[in-house]
Amino acid sequence: MTHITVTVDGAKYVDQVEPRLLLVHYLRDVVGKTGTPVGCDTSNCGACTVLMDGVSVKSCSVLAVQADGSDVTTIEGLANGALHPMQRAFHEEHALQCGYCTPGMIMAATDLLRDNPHPTNEEIRDGLEGNLCRCTGYENIVRAVRRAADAGVTQ
Amino acid sequence: MTVTTEAPAAELGRARLRKEDARLITGQTNWTDNIRLPGMLHMAFVRSPYAHAKITRVDVSGALSQPGVIAAFCGADLADEQGSMPCAWPVTPDIVIPHHPPMAVDEVRYVGEIVACVIARDRYTAADAVAGVDVDYDPLPPVLDIRTALDENSPKVHETGNKCYEFVMVNGDLDAAFRDAPVVLEREYRQQRLIPSAMEPRSVVASVVGDEFTIWSATQIPHIVRVMMALTTGIPEQNIRVIAPDVGGGFGSKLQFYREEVLAVLITRRLGRPVKWTESRTEGNLSVHHGRDQWQRIRIAADHDGRIRGLSVDLLADMGGYLMLLTPGIPILGAFMYPGIYKMDAYSFRCTGVFTTKMPTDAYRGAGRPEATFAIERIIDELANELGVEPLELRERNWIKHEEFPYATVAGLTYDSGNYEAATAKAKELFDYDGLRREQAERNARGDKVRLGIGISTFTEMCGLAPSRVVGTLALASGGWEYASIRMLPTGKVEVLTGSSPHGQGHETAWSQIVADQIGVPFEDIRVLHGDTQVVPRGLDTYGSRSLAVGGMALVQACDRVIEKARVIAAGLLEASADDLEFSAGRFAVRGDPDASKTIQEIALEAFTGHNLPDGVEPSLDSDATYDPENFSFPHGTHLCATEVDTETGFVKIRSYVAVDDVGVVVNPLIVEGQVHGGIAQGIAQALYEEGVYDDDGNLVTTTLADYLVPSAADLPSYVTDRTQTPSSNRLGVKGVGEAGTIASTPAVVNSIMDALKPFGIRDIEMPCTPERVWRAIQNSGGAA
Repeated sequence: MTHITVTVDGAKYVDQVEPRLLLVHYLRDVVGKTGTPVGCDTSNCGACTVLMDGVSVKSCSVLAVQADGSDVTTIEGLANGALHPMQRAFHEEHALQCGYCTPGMIMAATDLLRDNPHPTNEEIRDGLEGNLCRCTGYENIVRAVRRAADAGVTQ
Repeated sequence: MTVTTEAPAAELGRARLRKEDARLITGQTNWTDNIRLPGMLHMAFVRSPYAHAKITRVDVSGALSQPGVIAAFCGADLADEQGSMPCAWPVTPDIVIPHHPPMAVDEVRYVGEIVACVIARDRYTAADAVAGVDVDYDPLPPVLDIRTALDENSPKVHETGNKCYEFVMVNGDLDAAFRDAPVVLEREYRQQRLIPSAMEPRSVVASVVGDEFTIWSATQIPHIVRVMMALTTGIPEQNIRVIAPDVGGGFGSKLQFYREEVLAVLITRRLGRPVKWTESRTEGNLSVHHGRDQWQRIRIAADHDGRIRGLSVDLLADMGGYLMLLTPGIPILGAFMYPGIYKMDAYSFRCTGVFTTKMPTDAYRGAGRPEATFAIERIIDELANELGVEPLELRERNWIKHEEFPYATVAGLTYDSGNYEAATAKAKELFDYDGLRREQAERNARGDKVRLGIGISTFTEMCGLAPSRVVGTLALASGGWEYASIRMLPTGKVEVLTGSSPHGQGHETAWSQIVADQIGVPFEDIRVLHGDTQVVPRGLDTYGSRSLAVGGMALVQACDRVIEKARVIAAGLLEASADDLEFSAGRFAVRGDPDASKTIQEIALEAFTGHNLPDGVEPSLDSDATYDPENFSFPHGTHLCATEVDTETGFVKIRSYVAVDDVGVVVNPLIVEGQVHGGIAQGIAQALYEEGVYDDDGNLVTTTLADYLVPSAADLPSYVTDRTQTPSSNRLGVKGVGEAGTIASTPAVVNSIMDALKPFGIRDIEMPCTPERVWRAIQNSGGAA
């Protein structure tokens, strides 16, 4: 077991974890942040995307011990009092149906705009290539990211 | 006080943002895998690595000796109590329904079949312990190709052989239609195996307290699971509660009663402790039911002018190793749709269900209708080629004219409504059909290395499953009704219960809109409850684009009854005759005296207190209803797809996609558009990307999302969508929309590729039309004419 200290959505957690424990299972099973779901086991789907020190990572591809000392933001910590503009954009553009990919999609999209605040629609599609959605056909996801970008969202 | 100023705006047709979103965009969801109960154990399964084998020995002691492992069981341990997984659709009287134990006892028939389970204190320990179970197999030859599986010398999947059933339907004089027909075409199309790939993996939690079992499951069908669980395990139905919490997509894959659900219940009964199982994606690809997997032989007879005389369809359908809930019936749902929107004199359909040593097939978005639509829309294009007629023109010569509805089809259905002319005209205009045809001709003339193709799909489909009497004649062991309940609360708010169990469709929003309009209460004052058999006493759940056309109508019927009772109470309170009351926008007013009125909320309070109710009126204001539809609903539309095919690389790029759908009256255009988008994407995925592949030994090769190519945003185009609106014959005028896009888009895309490659004389490319397959077809063609 390894001793780690991780800040998750603004609160500090100190835990003993198995070295092989995935960050997503640490978040879900140890910290209780079940807003971040798991959709695959090969890091293809991106449902588990969170921000680690401000950068998006697929939390199924990071070990909890690698997050030691990091500041992790999940979908549950993205709203700061009011909804984050990206969350609002997803709602307003009907960019979700079942909502399972949505946490990862929103986290990846916020990171996309941090990298490239004024993406073309094609850059939005390429930037979200690592996040799969089975419901929306992506049309409204692109519209939502476009709306957030046009509103000047950069983080 | 005037009535008009207080009337809420009409909700029907309004682009309401979804109520569901608040929890989904903030991570406050309740997926089954989120559930943690005190003392809960985790289950993991040992699955067969062989497509076909005898099990000669199972030894779980190696798992039991590991720290944290609580129990382990093999099939023989459960043989006396596990029963057989049910098949609810015996399509013919002589269908073969093999014994189908939840956990294999002496033989396995597909890779991934469950042979043992281990139960441990946490999921990692359970996963580790799987390797400690020792299983000896005696391999048997696999059966993988349905085209040879019926040969006399083929190895047998079951002792009875590999034939499951043969279903035949003949309408009209087929011999006369084909005899002396000037044009007869015959084609063979392949519907590849697909893996539904809902983003939420399956998950189930079972617990028992006393003799009461509670099952949380990522399912589309909590009510059906409850009945099936009782029938399979012998647990009395009244002691079973099934809850579908937030469910992350289904697409038919969660329209199933799964082995893992039964085993979770059996294990929790054995151990007296709650048990959870959540699949990995790899485990899911192996053991979530697959879709499609058919060979289709289709013959069409026509006159010189292109008038269709007859159609003959002969299918081979892969059942897989066993029959699951609806396995044999899925191709039969297609039987009624091969004639599509076209008039003809005669039609025959034959389907042979064949066992193989692969994962069983069952419903996948569209379920039988996409296969049918693909075949008819492909061969119509072929017929147009053969006759040298513009493909839209040929369609128009044969389709049912708008003034001919209701129309009794050659397949025995009555299409209640439609306007194919209007949808096609709108689609052509949005698409710039004539401009693209000109560009295509130019490119062909100059021998451009990138060819342009135009694909057409003028589809219809039958959905809103289904009139109970009709499904009864098809031997489905269920009805097709739906249940709803409206409960007026003392404070004037409303609870709505629906037996239709959503998993992304937006019922909480759309149902609120319908009820708001019907009884005149604000949208915000309505809460929709669903997905729990203890909350919603009955229902037939969600599939077949049935929720609105059946469940929505049940809501209307329940609202009617609430209004009727409220009218009696209002009449008493207003000292008027019930016949003299007008109900509008949530208010009963005495005709000719608008100031004498009572709101539905005031009446709800009166009903609660019971102080001033007329004699014989019970103190409550709620009602339930069970609606059985009189007919299916028949959405239709015209989808047009332009693809650019790079003849040097075989790469296909969708340049533009236009979909004009007619789904009748629209409750919420945002939700409808979203359904169409997602449906189109899934159909494109079949045309270009996805295929579930087994190797020659029967191993599934496509076990991950790295091998099974669910497309990303970068792989898909933007869609142009629009609608025409021909009301259906139900009172709301609504049709289903959940599957239409998927049914329409696959042939639109493939027709487009074939149209681009017409100068090369290429007739067909098997789906998915990958760059390699397209490139090979071009290489083998000998070049453009």
